[in-house]
Amino acid sequence: MRDFVYFEPKTISEAASLLARYKDEAKVIAGGTDLLVDMKHDRLQPKYLINIKAIPGLDYINFDSEGLRIGALATIRALEKSAELQQKYPIISQTAHHFGSIAIRNVATIGGNLCHAVPSADTAPGLIGLSASARIMGNDGDRVVPLDYFFTGSGKTVLKTGELLVEIQVPPMPANTRGVYLKYAIRSKSDLPVVGVAVVATMEPKQGLCRDIKIALGNVAPTPIRACFAEEVIRGQQVTPALIEKCAQAAADEAHPRPGSIRASPEYKKAMVKVFTRKALEEVLA
Amino acid sequence: MRPVKDKQFIHLTVNGETYDVPVKPKDTLLDILRDKLGLTGTKEGCDTGKCGACTVLVDGQAVRSCLTLAISVRGRIITTIEGLVEDKELHPLQQAFIEHGALQCGYCTPGMIMTARAFLDENPTPTEEEIKEAISGNICRCTGYSSIVEAIQAAAKQIANEAHS
Ligand SMILES: Cc1cc2nc3c(=O)[nH]c(=O)nc-3n(C[C@H](O)[C@H](O)[C@H](O)COP(=O)(O)OP(=O)(O)OC[C@H]3O[C@@H](n4cnc5c(N)ncnc54)[C@H](O)[C@@H]3O)c2cc1C
Repeated sequence: MRDFVYFEPKTISEAASLLARYKDEAKVIAGGTDLLVDMKHDRLQPKYLINIKAIPGLDYINFDSEGLRIGALATIRALEKSAELQQKYPIISQTAHHFGSIAIRNVATIGGNLCHAVPSADTAPGLIGLSASARIMGNDGDRVVPLDYFFTGSGKTVLKTGELLVEIQVPPMPANTRGVYLKYAIRSKSDLPVVGVAVVATMEPKQGLCRDIKIALGNVAPTPIRACFAEEVIRGQQVTPALIEKCAQAAADEAHPRPGSIRASPEYKKAMVKVFTRKALEEVLA
Repeated sequence: MRPVKDKQFIHLTVNGETYDVPVKPKDTLLDILRDKLGLTGTKEGCDTGKCGACTVLVDGQAVRSCLTLAISVRGRIITTIEGLVEDKELHPLQQAFIEHGALQCGYCTPGMIMTARAFLDENPTPTEEEIKEAISGNICRCTGYSSIVEAIQAAAKQIANEAHS
């Protein structure tokens, strides 16, 4: 690892100023579980490292009438362990439970997972399914971007120089809504996913009608993606096994994995998207 | 805190002792423990967070010392495998690992025990499944997992007995 100059700002604006000053030569570090690996392999060689972990009060998990707010520094472990989250947004705490190992979850942050922006990032599909947004802050003020538009390419986000992700905002779950994130990994659920599938669906309780649905896929494109055509297959429809099958196929058709991935061939990933979309639909539409 | 460019002395509290150590910003906690403090119980394995051999406790929580900048844990309470011995007595986990032969080459053992230590603090009466899940990030290349799981179960019982007596 190369030498760097180390900063420990105590406020968001201090951190944003440092980022604005040093631009491309600076990197933010939160838990460091992605960044330090990249630096050890010399894939990244920042001259200035800005540790935001010491900024107080940015690791909250708060609930109010507008839903849920998660501070960017909340750890994956905190998301896994929060009793209120387990009850109100089980899809998030379950995703956190099957993420790396305890020692990784203890320090890895949700902000780091999203900002690292690899297509396999486990927290992304579920949050996209929940219609979450990212609150971004820089010296020119703040803005809120739906997570659907947050990722712009592999390792790329809408964050501009000098900006930080500060909060994830999640609207309340409507009544009769359930969500699940299924991660297909080779050895255990703690590995990075071959594919990840999140389904969040709202049912009309009596008629077995699917009122609304969101399907998001991980690791099958340069960014996490919505499977919009698959959603259309089932939205507003009476749910039947045949429709579930059609929806799962549509999701597989929307996946466009790149060839040459170390974890699986594009054909295999597509086949797994179908399998896991079907499973996820069966779980939430039951 | 002013920017840190070169070596700077920081306070680190390790196993109850406070050290003043010179660190560079890029030094990991693992580097400092082994090379500056001579605490070589903590092992370097993959050096990228996957294998668990370098696991230590920071404020009671298991972390990967290879992915922790030493400078970022100034003033925190750090515990390594050497710190588990109290009054020259091995910790029940250490004793149980010996009694169950829960080690072959021994390289993964300190990380396993530190992971188990933090885990048992949180969940003193775990099931076998929960133990397996807790140590899933600690790799034993000798593959002696079943005796490791047995040792952790035995230590949990021992700790519970000690608490009651
Ligand atoms: C052994 C191991 C297992 C893992 N398992 C999983 C897994 O199962 N699933 C999974 O998805 N990931 C996994 N990861 C990857 C990693 O742990 C996660 O992506 C983690 O959430 C990253 O968070 P961090 O706080 O450590 O980020 P860091 O490494 O500190 O930062 C990551 C990137 O985000 C930027 N950044 C961080 N916070 C902000 C912010 N608030 N604003 C702007 N930029 C920011 C940094 O500059 C950097 O580019 C694993 C990693 C390891 C080493």
